[in-house]
Amino acid sequence: MTNDILIAVIVLGVLGILFAVVLYIVAQKFKVLEDPLIDEVAEVLPGANCGGCGKAGCRAFAEACVKQGNMDGLRCAPGGNAVMAKVAELLGCSVEQGEPQVAVVRCNPSCKGANRRSNYDGLQSCAFQNTLYTGESGCPFGCLGCGDCVEACQFDAIHIDPSTGIPVVDANKCTACGACAKACPRRVIEIRNKGRKERRVFVSCVNKEKGAVARKSCDNACIGCGKCEKVCPVSAISINDNLSYIDFTKCIACRKCVVECPTHAIHDVGFPAPAKKAEAPAEAPQEPIKVNITVGEKVEIPANN
Amino acid sequence: MKTFKMGGVHPEENKISNDAAIEIMPVGKQMVVLMNQHLGAPATPVVQKGDKVKVGQLIGEAQAFMCANVHSPVSGTVLKIDTCKDAFGISKPAVYINVEGDEWMESIDRTPDIKRECTLEPKEIVAKLKEMGIVGLGGATFPAHIKYSIPEGKKAEYLIINAAECEPYLTSDYRVMMEHAEEICIGISILRRALGVPNAYVGIESNKPQAIKHMQETARQFEGIVIEPLKVKYPQGAEKQLINAITGRKVPSGKLPIDVGCVVSNIGTTFAVYEAIQKNKPLIENILTVTGKELPSQHNYKVRIGTTYNEIISHSIGQLPETTGKVISGGTMMGKAVVNLDAPTVKGNASVLVIGEKEARRAPETNCIRCGKCMHACPMGLEPYLFSALVRTGKTEEAKEHNILDCIECGCCFFSCPANKPLLDEIRLGKNRVRAMMAAKK
Repeated sequence: MTNDILIAVIVLGVLGILFAVVLYIVAQKFKVLEDPLIDEVAEVLPGANCGGCGKAGCRAFAEACVKQGNMDGLRCAPGGNAVMAKVAELLGCSVEQGEPQVAVVRCNPSCKGANRRSNYDGLQSCAFQNTLYTGESGCPFGCLGCGDCVEACQFDAIHIDPSTGIPVVDANKCTACGACAKACPRRVIEIRNKGRKERRVFVSCVNKEKGAVARKSCDNACIGCGKCEKVCPVSAISINDNLSYIDFTKCIACRKCVVECPTHAIHDVGFPAPAKKAEAPAEAPQEPIKVNITVGEKVEIPANN
Repeated sequence: MKTFKMGGVHPEENKISNDAAIEIMPVGKQMVVLMNQHLGAPATPVVQKGDKVKVGQLIGEAQAFMCANVHSPVSGTVLKIDTCKDAFGISKPAVYINVEGDEWMESIDRTPDIKRECTLEPKEIVAKLKEMGIVGLGGATFPAHIKYSIPEGKKAEYLIINAAECEPYLTSDYRVMMEHAEEICIGISILRRALGVPNAYVGIESNKPQAIKHMQETARQFEGIVIEPLKVKYPQGAEKQLINAITGRKVPSGKLPIDVGCVVSNIGTTFAVYEAIQKNKPLIENILTVTGKELPSQHNYKVRIGTTYNEIISHSIGQLPETTGKVISGGTMMGKAVVNLDAPTVKGNASVLVIGEKEARRAPETNCIRCGKCMHACPMGLEPYLFSALVRTGKTEEAKEHNILDCIECGCCFFSCPANKPLLDEIRLGKNRVRAMMAAKK
């Protein structure tokens, strides 16, 4: 009886030692040399694996950082300056302090709903709807409202506003990782600087059609008239393909263009509400004037009373 | 009766416009001719603002390989060359023409006499098809001159003519067969000559007994035209299914019909070929069905290309019924909903189909119960429910391995699904992703 136990213990013990030796040899033989720095860098990163840096995940970003040895062209948007400083410290290099950024939806919420021309009941995917047709609003450039961006967001920072059908970004949660901008098949979402005191001005339209055509698609479309370009004191505004664009690195948020824009396509965010004006009765929404025009025909445009 | 081996469904036929003879639609005041009416690159406009054009004059020239000529459907003055929104709201290059009179090119033979003899060599036939801007009228609008230029090392053995018209509602092919059988047979003989094949097979679904009888009687006067009655099953008229039904051959995954020695053409195309080769008439007219259960009358029209949907609707039925839910270009299975009724019609448009509000709506989606109906319905032997899951979870690579690109988008899976899952939508999205992935890898 005691013998049996003894034999079992010895056999198992010998086997254990034998395997330990084999495993040790194999582990030494096939050892993968990895810079321990990678682990340290990965530890510092947020670990959201959002893909905003263009790498497969946080680990891949850490590997790229360590391999490169410096931070040129690499940036972890969700981590922001704090994380980047820590990574730079680990690598022993310097890093440029970036401006805090945020995702901006460049489509006018007021163009939806009222102007709906068709009813889409297919697969709720912007990428798919984009291959079929222009979308419910009839604008070939605007937001489709199926929420591919909402699905892409790892930080719960973007949601579709049910009243307008257009996504709204929660600036406090948004890390500017750019996942939503990549998911949008129409490139409606742009990553822009948050701006001083979180005040920013942007053209809330991406329609590149000619003015008259764009206006037919949406009452608030940028028609590329150039008024904003003329009024801008720091020449931050440029017009390409009938579309105005405000360079956020130059913009001083003076809001002259916002006042000037005839279609209210330029939006300002983060400014305090104008005093007193809130009490003034809201202007009754005007019916868009509809005129059937055949090309080449002389028409009189009804006066806008 | 012959049919394809795998899958298929039988939707309600609804061929309610069968007995409406083809009428001629009058020409409007202004025509907008899109330069991109075919599969491939848009044609390049060769006219300028202020130019006078005649009916049948070349206004868009094919400069790319995959492209087809575009001719003026009307006579008048070129107003401008600009963009125009197509039926789906997408801007495309177009030529605007102010209609003045109806003056045709002198080269076009407008007499009603039927010309039987064709002495052109195969290469000359193909060149003329290119010149006349002929494209396949079965739906894909594939340029005909490319289809009939057989690549070297390959040989066509069968010419198959698709007259199945398996789509519900559509009757334009049926009307053409009833009214222009002789012209069709001459067109088929010309195509046979172009390919050098002994026999042409015309597949007609057996729900058109009069067309079968009429075509059989006419085909007797011609050499090498065989009429094949086919079982009523959708998608009988799909290229690969028709080849399978008539020859028993199977086009392997990723291959073309010519790889199994087959060339498939639509019956409408053969009529266009006849007119192009024998009468020098370019493709400037469509034969299309105006139909719908809620419409006061059913019609089949010969319409100049460039006529807008609104013009067709106002001429045929006055205005859309109030209960209209959708206007579809094409049949209920593969057609696309038109969102811009001011858009001009293009080559290959086969119908203006008006669907009532109730019918147009999709039923609410529920969960997949793995019943496998979609697999049984799929004529390509694919697994639609699997694609649905793979696409929803973003497994593009895996979807490709399960041959998602073989899908012919016939819609049988969606039609048969008891859970109303948008299977076809998901598969199309998956196909787009796979194509994007393959393009990125190159």
